[in-house]
Amino acid sequence: MNYATTPIQTTGQIALPAWRSRLLFVLLLAGLATLLVRAVYLQGINNDFLQQKGDARYGRIVDIHAHRGKITDRNGEPLAVSTPVESVWASPADVEVTTKQIIQLASIVGLTPEEVKSRLRDTSREFVYLKRQLPPEQAARVVKLGIPGVSLQREYRRYYPGGDVTSHLIGFTDVDDNGQEGIELALQAQLGGKAGSQQVIKDRRGYIVEDVASLRAPKAGGDVVLSIDSKIQSLAYREIKQAVERNRAKAGSIVVLDAKTGEVLALANWPSFNPNNRAKPSVGVLRNRSVTDLFEPGSTMKPFTVAAALEAGKVKPGTVINTAGGEFTVNGRTIHDTHPERSLTVGQVIQRSSNVGTARIALGLSPEVFWRSLNESGFGLATGCEFPGEATGKLRDYKTWRPIEQATMSYGNGISVNLLQLARAYTVFANSGELKTITLLKQETPTVGVKVFSDVTAQAVRDMMETVVRPGGTAPLAQITGYRVAGKTGTAHKLENGKYVDRYVASFVGMAPASDPRLIVAVMVNEPGGRDYYGGLVAAPVFSSVMGSSLRILNVPNDAPLDNVIMAPGEVIGEEV
Amino acid sequence: MARLNVLLLILGIACALGVVTSQHKARKLYVELQKEKDRAQQMDVEWGQLQLEQGTLAMPARVEKLAAAQLQMQTPQPRQIRYIRLDSGMVTQQ
Repeated sequence: MNYATTPIQTTGQIALPAWRSRLLFVLLLAGLATLLVRAVYLQGINNDFLQQKGDARYGRIVDIHAHRGKITDRNGEPLAVSTPVESVWASPADVEVTTKQIIQLASIVGLTPEEVKSRLRDTSREFVYLKRQLPPEQAARVVKLGIPGVSLQREYRRYYPGGDVTSHLIGFTDVDDNGQEGIELALQAQLGGKAGSQQVIKDRRGYIVEDVASLRAPKAGGDVVLSIDSKIQSLAYREIKQAVERNRAKAGSIVVLDAKTGEVLALANWPSFNPNNRAKPSVGVLRNRSVTDLFEPGSTMKPFTVAAALEAGKVKPGTVINTAGGEFTVNGRTIHDTHPERSLTVGQVIQRSSNVGTARIALGLSPEVFWRSLNESGFGLATGCEFPGEATGKLRDYKTWRPIEQATMSYGNGISVNLLQLARAYTVFANSGELKTITLLKQETPTVGVKVFSDVTAQAVRDMMETVVRPGGTAPLAQITGYRVAGKTGTAHKLENGKYVDRYVASFVGMAPASDPRLIVAVMVNEPGGRDYYGGLVAAPVFSSVMGSSLRILNVPNDAPLDNVIMAPGEVIGEEV
Repeated sequence: MARLNVLLLILGIACALGVVTSQHKARKLYVELQKEKDRAQQMDVEWGQLQLEQGTLAMPARVEKLAAAQLQMQTPQPRQIRYIRLDSGMVTQQ
């Protein structure tokens, strides 16, 4: 029976031709197939397009800020801390702003309305800073204005609670948080954080709802613990500042070392600057003079000359040196003493800072032996503190020395050092002949030293340096109540265009307690402009006050009775170089 | 056969709804987590600022000035200081 062609009367329905249902079936199938193919195409073969659209709507890449590490002193006092500030930026093309809003905005960011307008004029740019590093409260007021196209960007700014006291040592960073000077520059790799980024999904309200992938893990900057002691640093800074001002000098530097460990406890210079103030001072003020500036050490070199001779067995502390009435001619040049004597013992040569005596002692040594002991004491070599811009000083090769040069070098002319280097060299006398490595970072164990002189030599020179501060020496003002002091003064003529002029560098390097030195303090005052210019009058009082207070801060036991300070009735013994 | 199909269908729908709810919950929790993280960061920032403030207020120069000016304190002279040595005998007694 053929239902399709035979109308069925009984049902009362009109029979449809069979091809229509088949056609419909095929059409639906074709439609489905098309959808299927399209779906496979979109989701399987060419899925990038949709993925991209989805990401563009909800996917975001957010930066994870990694802030810069802290710098603290040895007791954990912060010396440099990063804290967030907001920068205001605008996308000029999107900015819709009324004149009133411009005036308000300008007053918050501290610009004139014209300046704001001119920055917003260039609509081809998509990013213009209106103001960088605004304190959070002011930034909140900018947000309140609700100007479309003006947004905030979080940045970190470095603050230095120590201000001008630690500025040369710590240095500073630029506006992008990169170290520019000092420790900030030297330890940039350790301090600087590496910002990370993360791919996330944000919802309509801007909340992050899903963490898709971490593109780059952030690396927070490491903290740095310096060997500096804030109290001693502050003290040293105050004293050197006062000394420079009192003596109307050009500049001054001071270094305090822990004689046992080689750690730098304080390092200060005057003139200084406040690193929190972004207005840049002149380059001269920025210089960390105690490390980057070289000077001729003058008489502070003499203990090394004597130590070299003692070590070589050429003299003994009691050996009498013929000082020939204070004049001695070598290669046609005459060396003078300020206090002419016929003869002095080796100890007295140091005590009274005799140039003729030291020159005679030095000429008794072969250039090679003399050079080697200076070189081993760290002259002409980097101190190892890795401070940026350190000047290493000059110690010429002994093969080129003429006798007059060897003679003048014995009292610190024709050789140049930085103050830190000089202070470091004195560790040989404080540590029974061992030269310590200098460090600006806190150490758990003392740094290793290199033996330069024997215990006997180091002890003998220290004994001689103790006589320097007694009456009859060049620096009675360096005495400290309750502690024995060993040290040496220096008053070097300055060298200008190859000639020595009547301007001076007054210095004092000393250690205390002399029975078992704990600290070394080196003071240098550049061109004292007052009546006094001797190291014993200009630099020694600074030493005495800083050393005395530091020993008390560190609770170092007394090694002398409290009535040990004896001032000679007469004048302080003078010296030149 | 038809029963099994219906059962599987219901199961399928239940699973799908389960996925949707758990996803929603996960997102909610994630938002919470983000808020807490933000709070932690905020506190970190505040800590840094407080440290800075403390550092500034406790600067030796400032403390010294206040001690001398307001509290009329002075640095003890060396002869006003007594050192008490702890010898080994005393330590063992304690």
